[in-house]
Amino acid sequence: MYIIVVGGGKVGYYLTKTLVNEGYEVFLIEKNPVKVQLYRDRFGAIVMQGDGAEVATLAAAGAGRADVVIAVTGDDEDNLVICQVARERFGVRRTIARVNNPKNEELFRRLGIDVTVSQTNVILSLIEQQIPERPFVHLLALRHADLAIVEAKVAPESPVVHQPIWQLSLPPESIITAILRRGEVIIPSGQTVIEPGDELIIVTKQQREAELRELLCAPATA
Amino acid sequence: MKIVIVGCGRVGAKLATDFADEGHQVSVVDLRQTAFRRLPPGFRGQLVLGTGIDEDVLRNAGIQQADVFIAVTENDNTNIMAAQIAQVIYQVPKVILRIYDPERAEIYRELGLTVICPTRTVSEMIEQAVRDHVASGETR
Repeated sequence: MYIIVVGGGKVGYYLTKTLVNEGYEVFLIEKNPVKVQLYRDRFGAIVMQGDGAEVATLAAAGAGRADVVIAVTGDDEDNLVICQVARERFGVRRTIARVNNPKNEELFRRLGIDVTVSQTNVILSLIEQQIPERPFVHLLALRHADLAIVEAKVAPESPVVHQPIWQLSLPPESIITAILRRGEVIIPSGQTVIEPGDELIIVTKQQREAELRELLCAPATA
Repeated sequence: MKIVIVGCGRVGAKLATDFADEGHQVSVVDLRQTAFRRLPPGFRGQLVLGTGIDEDVLRNAGIQQADVFIAVTENDNTNIMAAQIAQVIYQVPKVILRIYDPERAEIYRELGLTVICPTRTVSEMIEQAVRDHVASGETR
């Protein structure tokens, strides 16, 4: 597998280092000649000075046989164009862009970038998962299917308490895949009865999250 | 007509001035307040401070009602991203952008944008002037 990384900031540097250690064939393109010199001392000849949004630079890096191009510069407009040029001119099948402004995630997706990674959103969601006693946590979004995996702690007032799963009126397109109860993981069946304080891991459509939160976590009076 | 122009450099300021004089409703977007100094006193268009690749900024400039969107900042990639926001998200009927790099210009022309590439246009004009001179046979 041949991977081209564009942008040699902290992200690009550690990404290159990790991919090299994992045995991938990697090539790093960076604009700043000072950084290029520094990285050449560490990585050898797999580092090139150039503008990764230029066709000539990508051609010199062998984009024609690249399996993946990853654009991780600090500028969203550059990351977008790098991925689009790689796809349109060199037929690169998989393009991955770093998104610095979380607002651009949806835009990039609509403009045909295969995968976007928003540092801001990743850090936010990691921190959110670490805040204790939050009743409803969004764990993961699976973009292409519009799916989400959420964790919800069942409030004592919730109408689902003491009900077997087959009797619950969950929102459509929602499945309880696991229950965390007093430190045990339960893979539920239709007969499993929900107890107050159960933490439910639920696969659902992203637009159903609000309904689920309402049903499982909101006090009955709300 | 409602025209949104991103980038108030020499070209952007000239376009804004001309279109406003012709009676069009013009909004000009630029990152730097000082760029608006290029506009004549009494300019009747709207000035919006901010980057042309931010949807909130573009909405302030009235992109939702725009008939024409023009991206002429100094940065090719900024123009490309702004133009695609206008084309894909807001479906502005006519999107025109400047791209200096001829190869990138070709790629985005193929993707349906109206691309002006000054590098190619200017060099072609100069080459033509030289050819005309050669053809005239006026040698020393």
